[in-house]
Amino acid sequence: MPRPLDMESGNPVTTMATFLIPTLSLLMLLVTWFSLGLGSVPVPVMEGLWGWLHGAHSQEALIIGEVRLPRTLLALSVGAALGFSGAALQGLLRNPLAEPGLVGASQGAALGAATVFYFGLFAGLGSLATAAAGLLGATATLFIMLILAGSGHPALVIMAGLAISTIAGAALAVVLNFAPNPYAMQELVFWLLGSVSNRGLDSLLILLPALLIGGSLIWRQRRLLAALSLGDRIAESMGLSVARGSRLIALGTAILIGASVSVAGNIGFVGLLVPHIMRPWVNHRPEQLLLPSAMLGAILVCTADICVRAIPTGTELKLGVLTSLLGAPLFIWLVWKERKRWI
Amino acid sequence: MDLISASKLSVDSRVKQACFNLKKGEVMGLIGPNGAGKSTLLNSLAGLEKFTGELHINGQDFDSLPAKQRARLIGLQPQTMDSIWSLSVNDIVSLGRIPWGDTNNDAIQRAMKKAKVTEFAERRIDHLSGGERARVWLARAFAGEPLILLSDEPIASLDIHFQLEVMKVLKSYAQEHHGVIVALHDLSLAARFCDRLCLMHKGEIVSLGTAKEVLTKSILSDAYGVDVEVNLEHSPPIILAK
Repeated sequence: MPRPLDMESGNPVTTMATFLIPTLSLLMLLVTWFSLGLGSVPVPVMEGLWGWLHGAHSQEALIIGEVRLPRTLLALSVGAALGFSGAALQGLLRNPLAEPGLVGASQGAALGAATVFYFGLFAGLGSLATAAAGLLGATATLFIMLILAGSGHPALVIMAGLAISTIAGAALAVVLNFAPNPYAMQELVFWLLGSVSNRGLDSLLILLPALLIGGSLIWRQRRLLAALSLGDRIAESMGLSVARGSRLIALGTAILIGASVSVAGNIGFVGLLVPHIMRPWVNHRPEQLLLPSAMLGAILVCTADICVRAIPTGTELKLGVLTSLLGAPLFIWLVWKERKRWI
Repeated sequence: MDLISASKLSVDSRVKQACFNLKKGEVMGLIGPNGAGKSTLLNSLAGLEKFTGELHINGQDFDSLPAKQRARLIGLQPQTMDSIWSLSVNDIVSLGRIPWGDTNNDAIQRAMKKAKVTEFAERRIDHLSGGERARVWLARAFAGEPLILLSDEPIASLDIHFQLEVMKVLKSYAQEHHGVIVALHDLSLAARFCDRLCLMHKGEIVSLGTAKEVLTKSILSDAYGVDVEVNLEHSPPIILAK
């Protein structure tokens, strides 16, 4: 939508917003380039990419095309899905502390995917089985949370999310408890810690459609997200269908979270912090927060993955562990800041 | 043609068989003790509460109006409003254009001018005083240029200066070929600014008419359960509990 008012006022925040998307795009390109160039073997990125695109079997073509490109694209897509869903959830629940992990959706997705891992459900779907189960898990937990939270009061949302994630966590513990063998359990725990390494390009076949479908479901409800700033009754009085729109946003979010958890495990705090960082740059408007959050999410997860690869540890530090280590203190700071509003 | 014509409008047991109308250019004051059903009545007119009975808006049957069309005709300013995000005044007023699906700059500027918020259009809502905020909420409702504006206790927490300001703004809005229903507790202001008054008690409309017809000692003491002093000849009118 054009914003003639802001143009007239010459508000500096708007001027910043004009450059926001190009700046984020540039950063994304830089991170992608850096991620493709980073590894144990130095490889010329352009030559490798060019060779891989033309079906060459050279060493650089294989390293770039088969190893680093999938990892980079996955990190970007998972980050975008998490950032986008975080911005959507915060707008829908009118709560700056809402996050896929805090409302129980990530745990639901993990439970779904883990259950399929073990019991071999949905065998007919092949590699899509875990994604489907992740989606089902995320959808179920999100909708139960929404029903439990009812009016969407900020404190209730967090309590309902806590209740649901505790239940999903307990159920996940049961699944782990009855793991058929220790290797399966180890594999599952490592997967839950969150990583984008060794996933292969076909994981993108799950993530990209999820980004497209989930993203567009949410994107079409931007007007509702904007109106919800003033509460659901105001939104309803302005002729919007709050119940239907909220369900569509929740479904879109569940698709994004379900797909990203089923591919990369739990990568915490990205969905919480990214919208928070972006908010002042878009004049705090929830409907304008979506795209920048997706882009910054992609940049941050890809950067975190670069750090994971660059940190010289014996066993590779898992991506989800790093984001949690960095995200948790920022979360504490956020709670501290939000205290003023709640007390 | 009346802007609102309601007959036997009921919302479960909270509003019972309400019959009233609203004319073009009119400010109708909705008065009555706490829990009388004023907010419920306003919410049902805005499509937020299901009701039984007949309701026509500008000659059209309420039930046949699509939500968007209804929202263009009827604007609601609820009793309590807040913005969870630290939005600018400009952005909040623009939200009033949602029923129209546009960002009509002229309408937004007119609304801000009417509610006298233009001077702090770029400031954030959480940096404003209560009185300034009340005018922003009003500007948000004006931006949609609804034919009928329903305002639920807009002056509840304002000082006397802002109370007068808001009432004057509502009055002038009604005079621009619109209609306003405003729920009020201040009976003196109601007598001074409203063309007609509608007194509700326990979900029923117990009296409807001009200030002289409604604000009598016996009607008021029946509804509020206290003796009142009424002097409508005084300027401004005085209505006080004894």
